[in-house]
Amino acid sequence: MLTERGYGGPVIEAHELTKNYGEKRAVDGLSFTVQPGIVTGFLGPNGSGKSTTMRLILGLDAPTQGSVTVNGRPYREHAAPLIEVGALLEARSVHSGRSAYNHLLALAQTHGFPKRRVDEMIDLVGLREVARKRAGQFSLGMGQRLGIAAALLGDPKTVLLDEPVNGLDPEGIHWIRNLLKGLAADGKTVFVSSHLMSEMALTADHLIVIGRGKLIADTSVDAFVASASEKVVLVRSPDLTRLREQLAGPGVTFVDAERGAVEVHGLTAEQVGDAAAAAGVALHELTPQQASLEEAFMNLTKDEVEYGAGRPQPEPEPEEAVA
Amino acid sequence: MSAVAPSVPKLDAPGARVTFPHVLLAEWTKFRTVRSTAWSLGVGFLLTTAIPLIPAFVTDSHWATMSAQDRANRTPLNIALPGVFIAQLAIAVLGVLMITAEYSTGSSRSTFAAVPKRLPVLWAKLLDYALVTIVLMVPAFLISFFETQAILGNIPELQVSFGAPGIARCVLMAAVYITLVGVLAVALGAIVRNTAGGIALYVAIFFVIPPLTLTLPTSWQNAIQQYLPSEAGQQMFALRHADHTLTPLAGGLLFAGYCALAIAIAAVLLRRRDV
Repeated sequence: MLTERGYGGPVIEAHELTKNYGEKRAVDGLSFTVQPGIVTGFLGPNGSGKSTTMRLILGLDAPTQGSVTVNGRPYREHAAPLIEVGALLEARSVHSGRSAYNHLLALAQTHGFPKRRVDEMIDLVGLREVARKRAGQFSLGMGQRLGIAAALLGDPKTVLLDEPVNGLDPEGIHWIRNLLKGLAADGKTVFVSSHLMSEMALTADHLIVIGRGKLIADTSVDAFVASASEKVVLVRSPDLTRLREQLAGPGVTFVDAERGAVEVHGLTAEQVGDAAAAAGVALHELTPQQASLEEAFMNLTKDEVEYGAGRPQPEPEPEEAVA
Repeated sequence: MSAVAPSVPKLDAPGARVTFPHVLLAEWTKFRTVRSTAWSLGVGFLLTTAIPLIPAFVTDSHWATMSAQDRANRTPLNIALPGVFIAQLAIAVLGVLMITAEYSTGSSRSTFAAVPKRLPVLWAKLLDYALVTIVLMVPAFLISFFETQAILGNIPELQVSFGAPGIARCVLMAAVYITLVGVLAVALGAIVRNTAGGIALYVAIFFVIPPLTLTLPTSWQNAIQQYLPSEAGQQMFALRHADHTLTPLAGGLLFAGYCALAIAIAAVLLRRRDV
């Protein structure tokens, strides 16, 4: 499966990836693939191991166990790694005393890219006016643009972005979102991490969700929402009191919505409709409620949020894991 | 800074790949594009050439009234080369910084993502830095020699020709010694990965351990001291071969051996450790 060019398999393949930092296990038996040509969201609460996974993919950290390949081989073994994968890491990766231009120039020179490539990237990310300023004086947003320029230097088919919108102002967030759309439109493979589900909803086709270093879900965005949604139905009726009596049962709860309506949790629309018909209660509305992505994410990861400082503790397997 | 959804321009660089010459050029770019480089090298060069002026002028003006003992303590070379001890400090600090600044600023992540095999980066830094140091230090010590000789022109006892036995060797080997110090400092920086720690390690090796051996019994001193890195290295530019010292060649080789050992440790750690 290892071919020089025209490799047709997954872009990134992680196999039983595990990373310990001393006593603490940051990534725990993580297996997943990133498929070419789509935007894959890499989602998890803060501290769930996303950045560590990114570092393992790039060979910056070595896995304690397991392996990860990029286009069929370890990142380290590629002759021109910047052409295979461009990466924006969350942590700042620029010498504060060096100008943006010189930072990019040195990176370009490692691969023998021409100097005009550096200028192209500076124009692409809109840093022309400050290209000769020391990167230490850059705002967070400018720093992110510089990081993006570095990631795209080799015109890679695959782009890794670790929490690209973290800490950005609205304009910066807007810029990153547009960039992601542009990359996707170019047919690039994008693997982008975030702890914000709403961010993923805007761009991702596929989701890999992790919590405490373990895989929780590897699924399309649509399937993810469907699987994680609780059964919730909005019901509007002139006789809510009787309807509630009819529907009451174990696992069924009611949340008052606006006047004359109630959210029924724990039953499908079919069950509610049938029960209403059997009791002769008129329904004015019967709407299945889809959980928002954010709610779906919260549901899946509520057991996986890292509380406090890494105290090793036995971890029950989450029941709702989606394969 | 307008918000755009730009298309990434196609890269027109057929056959582009990481090669050692490419990494060498990249590291040179990184080296010359931070301010500390010019400052350290400039100050190092200036002090190396300026410091010898002090003993030269003092000797020139006081020669007539000096005791025979004082006169005997002065040689053309110990007036010409005191800059060695200043230069090695500047070169060592910059050498340590060459690596540790990568880690303190986080640029190590960019560096090793671009060159994930890592070792070419270490070789490139060592080679770039050695070349810069030797190119700077050979002229510095030549200037030191000729300027002090010019100042001492009225004192025949302190006049010596550059072609006299051992003189050219000492002047040039002083530059080689500083270059090896620089190389060693780069390796120490790579081992410790922390600026303060790297500089402390350098200071310990060159300035703390040697005087500590003075607390040992003389027989031990005589046995041990000559093999210390600083002592061995400094024989490279010693004109006369004193008792309990190595020859210039043996001392130079031993010092180079210490450098090679440090580099080997740095290389192994660089491959093994997480960035």
